[in-house]
Amino acid sequence: MIGLLKRDLALAIRAGGGFGLSLAFFLIFTALVPFGIGPETGRISEIAAGLLWLGALLACLLSLDRIFQLDWEDGSLDLLATSPVPLEGLAAIKALAHWLTTGLPLVVAAPVLGLLLNLPTSAYVPLLASLLAGTPALSAIGTFGAALTVGIKRGGLLLSLLVLPLYVPTLIFGATAASRGAQGLDTATPLIMTLAITLACVALLPFAAAAALRVNLR
Amino acid sequence: MTLHVTDLGCARGPAQVLANVSFSVAPGEALILRGPNGAGKTTLLRTLAGLTPPLAGTLAHDDGAIAYAAHADGLKTQLTVTENLVFWAGVFGTSDLAPAIKAFDLAPLAHRRAGELSAGQKRRLSLARLLVTGRPIWCLDEPTVSLDAENTARFAAAVEAHLGSGGSAVIATHIDLGLPNARTLDITPFIARGLAPGDPFGDVFTEAAP
Repeated sequence: MIGLLKRDLALAIRAGGGFGLSLAFFLIFTALVPFGIGPETGRISEIAAGLLWLGALLACLLSLDRIFQLDWEDGSLDLLATSPVPLEGLAAIKALAHWLTTGLPLVVAAPVLGLLLNLPTSAYVPLLASLLAGTPALSAIGTFGAALTVGIKRGGLLLSLLVLPLYVPTLIFGATAASRGAQGLDTATPLIMTLAITLACVALLPFAAAAALRVNLR
Repeated sequence: MTLHVTDLGCARGPAQVLANVSFSVAPGEALILRGPNGAGKTTLLRTLAGLTPPLAGTLAHDDGAIAYAAHADGLKTQLTVTENLVFWAGVFGTSDLAPAIKAFDLAPLAHRRAGELSAGQKRRLSLARLLVTGRPIWCLDEPTVSLDAENTARFAAAVEAHLGSGGSAVIATHIDLGLPNARTLDITPFIARGLAPGDPFGDVFTEAAP
């Protein structure tokens, strides 16, 4: 299973791996916000925390269909399914690899992009904490969605439609934590809720993803 | 480590493809599957490999005994030949790559990316993966596609060595591999077309049929 994680990380970093795709999207999204909202720093600063969360979520969504699709196309998913690695473990490792190559870079980039949006100083720590607590849920939910749509040609649209509603609770609690931080309010409750969603997703969804893969590989 | 198959029914999606397939393959034996295109050889092999649950009948073998090789090579084009083999060795918990590299003469290609290989070289790498799995029962789907005569002989020698060491193989192929302990099974008599029994939409389809 460690070998699988290593392979996925190596594939993501090498040419054509799509490692920078989400990060570039996040950067472009944030850089374009002032053009859409208007250049007044006061107005942007007020919504910056929510915008950064939204940007991170959409950037994450962009990379989901790669999770299983490439392995399915070249036949290695069939071979992995007949290997000693249980499909539940495969799904968990895939979600972890996706988080390490997509979620974690987004978390690291968020404070830098926060500067671009004039994010209030008091919001940096809550924003980082809520992204760190919330992005693993995005990867776990996304892996489940990718398992459901594996094998469907151009399944990206269906995947987005399936996954977006499931992303809403994470977005609500994560963005609330960050924007309450911006206003100098207590952030403990929304942070705990974000963490709870992540823990539940990480614990349960690999099993759901494995069941979906089993049906799709028939 | 004998593979026993009794009255097996196989389905591809909602459609039944084969019915009442029975055979057994003992250690040291190879079974060659024959049948016209679309007869269900791939479906039978996917059922043996455990990717598709059988519709009916029983399939008896030890857990984790089967190594499956499909039409698709299952290679990562960005990884080198060695990296691909190391990955599969890690997945199957083995570590000795040397016999696999030697059997398919991959040493000259070891540091090339799989994406730069020709179709036949990719196939050799894909077949070398079987040796790395260390599993006793090989289920192979058209293994000699895009191999030249020399490498087909290499493959036949690898299968013979595998059988000699107590392994067995079920191979769907249209060519004669010249294996000594090979039996041939023509699956044409087992072809059964129709919807799987118990399919929730079966009634709808049978009513619609003229």
